[in-house]
Amino acid sequence: MTGHVAHHFDDAEQQFHAANLGMWIFLATEVMFFGSLFAAYTAYRYMFPEAFVAGSHSLDVVMGTINTAVLLLSSLFVALAVNAAATNRSRAAAGFLVGAIVMGVVFLGIKAVEYADKFAHNHVPGAHFQFHRESEGEHAVDGEHHVSVNESAIPGGDFQAGHNSPDRTLEKRVELFFSLYFAMTGLHALHMVIGVVLLGIVAYQAWRGAYSQTYFTPVEVSGLYWHFVDIVWVFLFPLLYLIR
Amino acid sequence: MTTELLAPPERNYLSAGYTARSWLLTVDHKRIAILYMVSITLFFFVGGAAAVLFRLELMTPEGDLVISETYNKLFTLHGIVMIFLFLIPAVPAVLGNFLVPLMIGARDLAFPRINLLSWYLFMLGGALVMWSTFVGGVDTGWTFYTPYSSTYANTNVMLAALGAFVTGFSSILTGLNFIVTVHTMRAPGLRWFRLPLFIWAHYATSLIMILGTPVVAAAIFLVALERGLGIGIFDPKLGGDPLLFQHLFWFYSHPAVYIMVLPSMGVVSEIIACFSRKRIFGYRFVAMSSMAIAVIGFFVWGHHMFVSGQSVYAGLVFSFLSMLVAIPSAIKVFNWTATMHKGHVWLSTPMLYALGFIGLFTMGGLTGLFLATVAVDVHVHDTYFVVAHFHYIMVGGSVMGYLGGLHFWWPKITGRMYPEWWGRFSAVLVFFGFNLTFFPQFVVGYLGMPRRYHTYPEEFQIYNVMSTAGASILGVAYLIPLIYFIWSLKYGPRATANPWDARGLEWEAASPPITQNFETTPIVTTDAYPYAEDEQRTEETLLV
Ligand SMILES: [Cu+2]
Repeated sequence: MTGHVAHHFDDAEQQFHAANLGMWIFLATEVMFFGSLFAAYTAYRYMFPEAFVAGSHSLDVVMGTINTAVLLLSSLFVALAVNAAATNRSRAAAGFLVGAIVMGVVFLGIKAVEYADKFAHNHVPGAHFQFHRESEGEHAVDGEHHVSVNESAIPGGDFQAGHNSPDRTLEKRVELFFSLYFAMTGLHALHMVIGVVLLGIVAYQAWRGAYSQTYFTPVEVSGLYWHFVDIVWVFLFPLLYLIR
Repeated sequence: MTTELLAPPERNYLSAGYTARSWLLTVDHKRIAILYMVSITLFFFVGGAAAVLFRLELMTPEGDLVISETYNKLFTLHGIVMIFLFLIPAVPAVLGNFLVPLMIGARDLAFPRINLLSWYLFMLGGALVMWSTFVGGVDTGWTFYTPYSSTYANTNVMLAALGAFVTGFSSILTGLNFIVTVHTMRAPGLRWFRLPLFIWAHYATSLIMILGTPVVAAAIFLVALERGLGIGIFDPKLGGDPLLFQHLFWFYSHPAVYIMVLPSMGVVSEIIACFSRKRIFGYRFVAMSSMAIAVIGFFVWGHHMFVSGQSVYAGLVFSFLSMLVAIPSAIKVFNWTATMHKGHVWLSTPMLYALGFIGLFTMGGLTGLFLATVAVDVHVHDTYFVVAHFHYIMVGGSVMGYLGGLHFWWPKITGRMYPEWWGRFSAVLVFFGFNLTFFPQFVVGYLGMPRRYHTYPEEFQIYNVMSTAGASILGVAYLIPLIYFIWSLKYGPRATANPWDARGLEWEAASPPITQNFETTPIVTTDAYPYAEDEQRTEETLLV
């Protein structure tokens, strides 16, 4: 057990406390990082509510819901893994971690399907971006069809007023929605990939019986990270898919 | 001053290894501090060289030395290098890295390998910035404002921005390490209100590093997406708002000023206590004012955007909040002054730098109040008045603190004394050269000379000539310590463990300290700066 205490720590407890606090502080920086993107999303959503609602309607709520469930399940597995490691069941912990990894991969797979769909519909921002309200068929908003955007009330509005029809203006703003959609979900997916690798390493160590009641810091700390990435999605899901 | 001829401890952190590998793979916080010291010194002279070139250009009203594009690239290089590669890491990554564990009686920082990683990230970021310079330079200014950086500037801007992004992570890791270390690794008996003010200052700085840096990272990330992948977030053509970039950028970059100046304030507290032979007056107020500056600093960023189209009400709120920062800043200045009052003040080199800090920081802070006033700011916005103001804070504050600290702890770091006469001479020269460089800029800015232009009307020439003359003196004054510090490594007299008869755990370690810092973990039984009770003895020691 003492073999796990690095030279500069007095004891295992101090080391555990330091590692845990370190991860919490790292997560605080992550909150600020994602928080900036959430702030950008909120500002633009407030400026262009109709375009953001239209963009949101083209997302697949069913896929999003399944993914939310998948991630919550993965977090449960991680919690069980921490518990198993803390009660001297290192191998069981490895099993739970593999469960969490499988759930993570399923999430990424579903996300990939959604991204492919966006590519197919030219919903990816850039030169080929297209968004036609009429052709969006089943996703279109009920009720009012022709959106009139009050140009003068919106910063940058005058810029396009000359050349562009309201539909063209709307298309540009839906593109803004998708820019944020890809930035936020892409960054989240990157964190998921890192998490899967991290859990993979810890699972391997757990399988070799590295963890016990007296030393399970890596399980605890990588678990914290995983829960955080999960919680980011719990905010992204309603923000992008549900608030319409 | 006691500089008996003493042999250094046989095994110390410097003699622990002489190979390149023993330095490049070290996890000793003291060696990593040295790695940082060497790197930021190089970057300091790169940024300084750029400044020399554009100060020469500004000697005459016409653009005769460089064309405007080159001029833009020079001031951009100066800004990016000095801010991201020198000022932000200077005190925390060099002195903080070396002293935080020593001052709290720990054997190392909590995460030694992450500490080394942070240096590698820093060097990677620095390499990217240098690369962007060699392939043609960047002309956006260090602020990377959109849509200039996202649409119009040349593509090197992404390299430089990526450099700033990567050094940001190095800064986050340093802050994380400090916070965890101070929380979990203090020596027995070292309660929070017994901590040296240097530690409080670094704790407050670390909070800004971990909470502010990710926001600028997100802003740069979004610019990169806009530039690289063609998706638009700040692009007005998509209805995006370039102002959003300014909000995200200044949310970090205003508090970043406190990353630069708070650690120097910590240094000044240590120096003033030692060379006044007194406990710091109002210890708790000084400690808490660091925390207050860190917290209030997060809510003032809008003062950079008074003329950017922000609403009048937002402007007024930001104006009020910006003025609030003056309160904790003034608390520090008053308490330092009160500490010196009736103290046994000894004007050693570190003390001269500390006094210089107080003078220049006060000047920078008071002119900051002008700029926080919306109506005045509209008049002087983007003029040399602003340039002078932030140089008084960032150079007058941070660099004076860094140099003062470097002299104060040089015996501890290297085990050698620097030449005191040359030290005092260059400290005075820095102060003189600095004021000659930047004071005329207040005047010429107030008269209306805008920043970032390489030509100007003839009536401004006299101020610019003064400024350039001052910059030359300043340049020489910075070179002198570089020379005698290097000289002292071989020829300086050996330093005792505590050549200043100072208080604090770092002075109980050997000079230079052993790799483990202390033979046995110290136990703390007193508050910080217990100078007063043996005033008599120290007087005898110091007046030799
Ligand atoms: Cu500011």
